[in-house]
Amino acid sequence: MTTGTVLLYLFCGLVPLSVVAYFLATKRTYSVKFEGETFHSTPGSYGWYAIVCTLSPALLASFVAAVLQLTGLVEVPATALLAVILTLAAAGLWLGVLTVKPSLKARSLVEGLIVKMLFVASLVSIFTTIGIVLSVTFEAMKFFDVVNIWDFVTGTTWNPDEAVAGRDVQGVFGSIPLFAGTFMITAIAMVVAVPIGLFSAICMSEYASPAFRKVAKPALEILAGIPTVVYGFFAAITVSPLVVHAAEYFGLQADYTNALSPGLVMGVMIIPLISSLSDDVISSVPNSLREGSLAMGAYRSESIKSVVLPAALPGIVSAFLLAVSRAVGETMIVVMAAGLRANLTWNPLEGMTTVTVRIVDAFTGDQAFDSPETLSAFGLGLVLLVVTLLLNILSLVVIRRFRQQYE
Amino acid sequence: MSFTPDHKHLKRRANRDRRFRIYSYSAIMLAGAFLVFFFADIVSTAWSAFEQAELRVEVSYNEEALEMGDYALDEDVSYLVSRGFTRLIPNMIRKDRQLIGTSEEKWVLADSEVDQYLKGKPNRLHKNERKLVDKMRAEGRARLAFNTGFFINGDSKLPEMAGIAAAAVGSFYVLLITLAFSFPLGVATAIYLEEFAPDNRLMQIIEVNINNLAAIPSILFGLLGLSIFINFMGVPRSSALVGGLTLSLMTLPVIIISTRAAILAIPDSIREGALALGATRWQMVMTNVLPLSLPGILTGTIIGLARAIGETAPLMIVGMMAYIPEAPEGVVSATTVLPAQIYTWSSDSMRAFTERTSAGIIVLLAVMLLMNGVAIYMRNKYETKW
Repeated sequence: MTTGTVLLYLFCGLVPLSVVAYFLATKRTYSVKFEGETFHSTPGSYGWYAIVCTLSPALLASFVAAVLQLTGLVEVPATALLAVILTLAAAGLWLGVLTVKPSLKARSLVEGLIVKMLFVASLVSIFTTIGIVLSVTFEAMKFFDVVNIWDFVTGTTWNPDEAVAGRDVQGVFGSIPLFAGTFMITAIAMVVAVPIGLFSAICMSEYASPAFRKVAKPALEILAGIPTVVYGFFAAITVSPLVVHAAEYFGLQADYTNALSPGLVMGVMIIPLISSLSDDVISSVPNSLREGSLAMGAYRSESIKSVVLPAALPGIVSAFLLAVSRAVGETMIVVMAAGLRANLTWNPLEGMTTVTVRIVDAFTGDQAFDSPETLSAFGLGLVLLVVTLLLNILSLVVIRRFRQQYE
Repeated sequence: MSFTPDHKHLKRRANRDRRFRIYSYSAIMLAGAFLVFFFADIVSTAWSAFEQAELRVEVSYNEEALEMGDYALDEDVSYLVSRGFTRLIPNMIRKDRQLIGTSEEKWVLADSEVDQYLKGKPNRLHKNERKLVDKMRAEGRARLAFNTGFFINGDSKLPEMAGIAAAAVGSFYVLLITLAFSFPLGVATAIYLEEFAPDNRLMQIIEVNINNLAAIPSILFGLLGLSIFINFMGVPRSSALVGGLTLSLMTLPVIIISTRAAILAIPDSIREGALALGATRWQMVMTNVLPLSLPGILTGTIIGLARAIGETAPLMIVGMMAYIPEAPEGVVSATTVLPAQIYTWSSDSMRAFTERTSAGIIVLLAVMLLMNGVAIYMRNKYETKW
């Protein structure tokens, strides 16, 4: 029996059992047996109570079976599991319906359970984070067993192709060129995104008429919604040749996989992030500050520069940090347009590679899963995780510590 | 004492003010110009992919064609016809033996090089082949027809046969799983945090954590999906299930954050009204808070899904960029998704794939813009000022 059929049988068994449970339990609240007594809750609550009684042993059993299966301790045969689950459900149904009596606080029980389930749901996000941290860390440990962590941090050559079967793996996993590439492309993106994003935000919150704003804001949001694989294609097919031709025009030599074009396109991708976050903080600066400045005879631009922007600075800095973390972690644009060669250079017209490119490359090659090259992706992932977490936390701290409270 | 304004100084200030204003407008214009350039570029590249060259040729079914489809065609024409079609011929004969000995004239799919030549693009046709195509065009036996195959075929190594149908079905499955997991979990988390959570350390950690999760690079979710879902739980690689699960963890914070905003927007007077009538907290949530915040919740969900449909990097890590020409049969069979299909085509060296990449991008953008449009429409329509 496949998993699909088991699930189907379960569905066909548990759903009717639940319906029966609901029906029997509500019916029991009307029965002659309890004539004259007042029930604590409405009949519906007792119905739900019976459903909970029916499903919880079945769910518990299937959970236990799943854990056994995953840990590989016991292989539970599907048919037996199905039988056990349905028997448990029937037993639960019987017990649940039987315990329905006026003094039973069905509603409190059911609602208490619901709130507990909601709490468990809210833990999923924590488990996800812990899962990311643990899975990346554990695999990265395996990598650092093979490769000296100091060499990884300070090495200046990244050439994992040398690390094939049996060869010495020392000295080929130096991550500095990857970070240089990431830094270069992030910096180019920021040079594009920060001025355009910030000025757009100023325009929308300070100058623009409501009608203009109504058009401009969704237009910027479209930029934010374009999938990054599309940006990557655009960078590789359209922007790269443009950059190469422009460079030729100035008498410079540019690679087709240069660092400039993914950087430019990534900058465009980040504009809406900066503009919408800055727009929010600039708009929340109270009008009394602007009016005070204008009343002193300052021009609009002067009051923006010397009153509004300083007041909004923490929010803008935090937007900037989030944008940096987005740029560092961005993958598809660099995968498609930045090239694969680890190259330590200051020249943005040369091909460079980034951390995320090498992570993707490690998984799309034909390497064995536990080869040093594949494991190196987890080492890089760990660094990426640490860097982005630091940037996120920093941006939270900035906004919490320096935010000004206006009455 | 009298005040004499320094006109030079004032003028400089006024100029600076004007310049600043111009900068700010030109920043928006620059972003808008990029948007226009971007769409114009993609559409102009993609335009031709919606047309496909066809040739009207004589197909004569004979014994030899049973071995190799090429024998059914005129020798010089057989190089111009798509290999995708000639490979079908033996099967056609096998199915219907009566065909042997007969012949018919029909429109068949042309090779991608012919296609590119007819569209006036660079191609690898020889001089005499070009002459032949020109002759056929003059006789009305070569044409560009609407490319229906692009919408009903799966992926193929032959550009003229490649289509997006399989990837679209895969994307649909992945999205369905993403929705099935992230929507209930996200809404439940948001309800708990807004309506039930005590104000303690754990809740603060959860809140900070959700914001952090929203800013973690997507590729790390791919690493998580690989090590938890594939290596630990044994979910099949490249399946819609593993893709959907991975994306649902990514979409979760988006849904939580927007649901919380929607719930927060509902004034306390409504909650107090329900509680005053004797409702429990849960009843108050079910009968008042949730129905009223539903438009906001759905808007956030659609935006989250629109982001998920374009996400590529984590899906590449969990193996969704393999060459899979057929639509998946279920959630555990190997599948590909639209963005992965676009990526695979974009890295193919054959020129005819470039226009297909753009056409795929147009389809992806259309779906995404449609979803965002629905979200914006819903936000405007159901926006309530309390």
